[in-house]
This record gives sequence, structure tokens and C-alpha cells, in this order.
Amino acid sequence: MTARTASQEPTTSGWQQWAAGLLRQQGALIALIAIFLFGVWRYGENFTSEFNLWTLLRNNTYFGLIALGMTFVIMTGGIDLSVGAVVALTAVAAARLSGEGLWVAVAGAIGLGLGVGLINGALIARFRIQPFIVTLATLLAARGGALNLSNNASVSIDFNSNFKDLWRTNVGEVPLPVVITAFAFLLGSIALNLTRFGRHVLAIGGNEEAARLAGLPIARTLVAVYALSGALAGLSGALLAAQGNTGSPIAGIGWELTAIAAVVVGGTLLTGGRGSVWTTLVGVLLLGLIFNELNFERGKGTFELTQYWEEVIRGAFLLLVVILQSRLTRRATASTT
Amino acid sequence: MANVGQTEARPARPAADRVVLPRWLRAAGQTHGAVIALLLLVLFNAIFTTNYLAWSTLRVNLDQVATIVIVGIGMTLVIATGGIDLSVGALMAIAGSLAPLIFDSDWGPLDRPWVGIPLAIVLPILLTGFLGLFNGFLVTYFRIQPIIATLVLYLGGRGIAKALSDGILLDFNNPSFEYLGKGRPLGIPVQVILMAILLLIAAWMMRSTVFGRYILATGGNEPAARLAGVPVSRVKLAVYAISGLLAGLAGLIWAARISAADPYRAGEFMELDAIAAAAVGGTALTGGRATIIGTLLGAVIIQQVRFTLISHNVSDGTTRIVIAAAIILAVLIQRQREQ
Repeated sequence: MTARTASQEPTTSGWQQWAAGLLRQQGALIALIAIFLFGVWRYGENFTSEFNLWTLLRNNTYFGLIALGMTFVIMTGGIDLSVGAVVALTAVAAARLSGEGLWVAVAGAIGLGLGVGLINGALIARFRIQPFIVTLATLLAARGGALNLSNNASVSIDFNSNFKDLWRTNVGEVPLPVVITAFAFLLGSIALNLTRFGRHVLAIGGNEEAARLAGLPIARTLVAVYALSGALAGLSGALLAAQGNTGSPIAGIGWELTAIAAVVVGGTLLTGGRGSVWTTLVGVLLLGLIFNELNFERGKGTFELTQYWEEVIRGAFLLLVVILQSRLTRRATASTT
Repeated sequence: MANVGQTEARPARPAADRVVLPRWLRAAGQTHGAVIALLLLVLFNAIFTTNYLAWSTLRVNLDQVATIVIVGIGMTLVIATGGIDLSVGALMAIAGSLAPLIFDSDWGPLDRPWVGIPLAIVLPILLTGFLGLFNGFLVTYFRIQPIIATLVLYLGGRGIAKALSDGILLDFNNPSFEYLGKGRPLGIPVQVILMAILLLIAAWMMRSTVFGRYILATGGNEPAARLAGVPVSRVKLAVYAISGLLAGLAGLIWAARISAADPYRAGEFMELDAIAAAAVGGTALTGGRATIIGTLLGAVIIQQVRFTLISHNVSDGTTRIVIAAAIILAVLIQRQREQ
């Protein structure tokens, strides 16, 4: 409401602008805290139990990884619709390679994802085809590849190998997937904020033409960004295979939506040029928390919610977030001019 | 003569080369590569595929191509305004899942076929048309990029379809409804007749109506079109709504043809087929240039590629990879032409 009045009156007081700015920049974090407190209040100790919280974090690691890659892609003004299919492809690959041991399977999955990402990046950067067309086509191709690699059925992992440890190992109290994801986000943040690569990413998204005139290596940066997204989707696929003990060619359907929603809710602009890695993490946690609490609510018998409605809710969530972002950014540009 | 009005609607585009060539010749030139590709495919099949030149093969191919063309017409209009509609496949699934709920219902007068069947056709199409309007609303009023705006229903829509049919493939047995996908008046499949009618209407609309010129003007140069008095927002709302209506019709045909509502497979990857059909046919993906007949040609080519692969026992997975590569190639060639 504050934000609304701030835009309607030309003479806005300082605190109203401050509140609007806070909502724009930290809205996701505020929502995250509010929804967490709601959970503590309504579901009590079952919700705050170590088991629930660690499970919540661990079950969102594979979303977190693809959302991290998507953050970089969206910051360049692009989009990667292939990540869900790459997750399926690499989960199948990891399951097939699991007999060779943990490292081989994970490296194979990441390598395959990297390969798809490189193809995406090359087609987008060198041949200048729109990102959504390229990644929609590689979505189709990766699903086709997953069908071929799995002979049209789920592939079980080798239970005698140490591959399943990828999901089940704990580092102290912390599950290994959570450690890996946290580390990935840390590296992502360093890459974005402290390296030339990060500055190039933001410059391309902000104004590609200006970045080109300034002599920045546009093609190389774009290829790197899509390759990174593919590689992270590969790691995500390996985690998924280790969690479910199988690689399924129909896994990961619609994950690109979850990733995009998580990125956008954090405040990364869909038009590129601005964004942060940490707000994406907040976005992932926010989505994860919402579904965790919906599960608790279902357990209380408040409503019957079939899993199909989850997809509808994810869609509605993205809708809400992009509408809010479109409103708030227009307001922000209006108040600065 | 028609070019005079056209240049007025498109003030920012140079009209020099437009006046000289007749429209049909220009379209033929743009689709030259596509025609050659199609001839090669037909030639290959005529030599290497058994029974390719049989009447039944042609009918199977026409059957398959009709849904791509019907959705492709809507997609072409949306792309011509500079947008994109990724939701068409999901809208097909919604329409196909809703229809049996209506004609299989015992509620009120719905169990009478002359009430239930027309409603089972009209209501789903109206619903998807409304959802298309919703896409257009997001694009115009909230100024959300078309990719993102239609991505909401691309995934959420399939969730709606699954919720409607409880996530299972729902068989039905209703000859009157199935006529939509299986009927053969005068030996011609119903969906092919529908496709032909819609093609004629759309081609006429793009050629000879103000609305057609508004569409091209919006995609050609939106700010200029706005200044020239083109009701840009209303044009966009209309094309997304049309795309939704046509996707709904295609979804009903799809369901009628297989006698089932399949929320998972109905219209799967249809958005890609439709975009590719438009791109192969010569519609510029950046907007401002569209050819409806080209979209028909593009759809036939995609269908021929798929038919060739399947009839030579290429696996489903490999077929998808080849189609993906073909789409990229087509867009690449299309891009060269734009430059």
C-alpha cells in the first residue's frame, strides 16, 4: 500500500520512497522471513525440527543449482529453457555411469550438461539466434537424447557403487548436497562481484550494443554463461539421480519455470543488466518454503491438493512475481526521472 | 495499389522494393529454399519409402499437419506483431481435457447429445481464447515480455489440464465428438477442411484488411505504429486471443482423433512445431513480416521430416534430436535472410 501511494503523489515523503525501495530490493527476504515465522507459529516443532529444515534445504539444492545458472543467463538478458531437459539427460547419464563410481558419474553428468550449454552458447553468441528458440530446440534435443540413452525407461543406479553417497553423506550436521550448493553460490557471488567476467555479464545485459562498442568480449561471455548454466544443470541432474536412485528421461519437466521464478522473485531484472546471486538463493528458499508449508497444511487436512495443482501454483507464483516486478520497476524508473 | 495503404501503416519501413514485385512473387522468393527442401523430401520418400505415393499416406500426413497449421496460423499472427506464444501446447491439453468432462457429464441437459456436443466444442475453445486474451493482457497492460508472459501458461496450463483429468489419460467413446478428428465428408478429413477454411480466412485477413496491416505495422516498428494511430494494444490482445482460440480447436481435434484426453502428450512441443513452421515458411521472428501460406509450407516440411524419420524406424529420441537441429537450421537460414 505504501508503494502505491508513493507513486500516486508526486510529492512523496522520504520514508515512503524508502519503503518502496526496501520492498523492491528486499521484498523476497521480507516475505521469506514472514512465511517462516508463519510456519513456526502454525506448525510448531514439526516445522522447526532439524529433520524438516535440513530436508527442506536438501530437497531444494537441485533447484538452487539451476536457478544459480539461470541468474547469470538472465542477467545477460537471455533465457535458458533447456535446463529441465538437461537435468533429465544428465540424471540418466549419471545413473548409467554410477557403476564407475561417484566421481566418474558426477563428472560425466557435469560434462554432458556443459556440452549442451556450449552448444546453446555457440548458437546464441556466434549465430545470433534468439536464446528462447535455441534453448527450446535443445530442450527437445536433450529430451530426445535422454530417451535414447535410457531406452525409453528409467535407469536404476548401481547400488554397489558409492554414487548414492552423493545424496546421503553428511558433512558434520550438514547434508553434502547443501554444502555443494552453498559452495556453488559462494563461487557464483565471487565471480559476479569480484571478477571481470561478472562485470561483463552485467554490462551485456545492461546494454549489449554499448558493451560491444566498448570492446567487451560479448561472444565469449555469452558462451561461458550458457555453458555454466548447462554444467550446473548437469550437477543438478547427478543430485537428482542420487536422490531417487534412478535417472528418468521424463524428470525435470517444468523446472525451468521454478528456476526463472526464483531468479525473478529475488529482484533480478528479466531484461538483464541487474541482479544478485544471493537474492536468487532467497527466491529458491521462498518457493521451497511455500511448498513445505503447503505440505504441512495438507497434513492437517485443511484441503486436498493433488500434485497437479503444484504446477498451477508454480505458474501463478511466477505470474505474481513478474507482475510485481513490472509494477515496481516502472515505479522506480518513474521516480528517478 | 494496396501498397499505398501499406506504406502508410508502416512509416518507418522503406517501401522501395515493395512496390515493384507483386506480393505473391515476393512470397515465392522468400520461400524458395523451403520449396526446394520439400521437393527433396518428397523425392527421397518417393524412392525409398514404401507406399509413400498411396492415397492413405497423403491422408495420414494431412491429418497430422492440420493441427500444426491451425496452431501455426495463430502463432504466425502473434510473431508478426513481434511477440511469441509458448502456451499453445498447454492450451491444447486444456481444451482436450475439458471437452470430455462436458459431453460425458450427466448434469442438467448436458447428457443430451445435441446440447452436450456443441457445448463441448464451444466452451473449451472459448476458455482457451480467454486464456489467450489473458496472455495478451499480460503483454500489453503489464508490459511483460511475451516469452515470460506465455511461459506462465506453458507450464501452469499443463497443470490445469492434469487437474481437470486427474492426471490420467481419459479414454472416451463418443462418435459425434470424434467426428471432429475422424470424420471424412467426401473422403476429406474434417480437420483438413477446417485447416483450409482457416488458411483462406487468415491469408485474406493479412492481405486485404486493416487489421492485417495493423498487425504488420505493430511488429515492424511499434513506436511508429503507435504514433501513426494504430491501436497497438488492442491488436496484440486480438492476436493472442486468436492464438488461444485456434490452439483450443487444435486440442479438440487432437483429442477427437485419439479418442482420449491426454494431459501429458496432447500438444507436447506444439509451440516448437508452430514456431518452426512460421520460421521455415518465411515469417520474420522479429516481427513485421508474415506469410500464412509460408506457414502451411513450413508445417508440411516439418511433418515430412518427421514422417520420413518415423517410416524408416528411427527412434523417437533421435527423431526429436533431428527435428531440433532442423529447427535451428531453419531459423539460422531465416536470420541470414533478414540481414
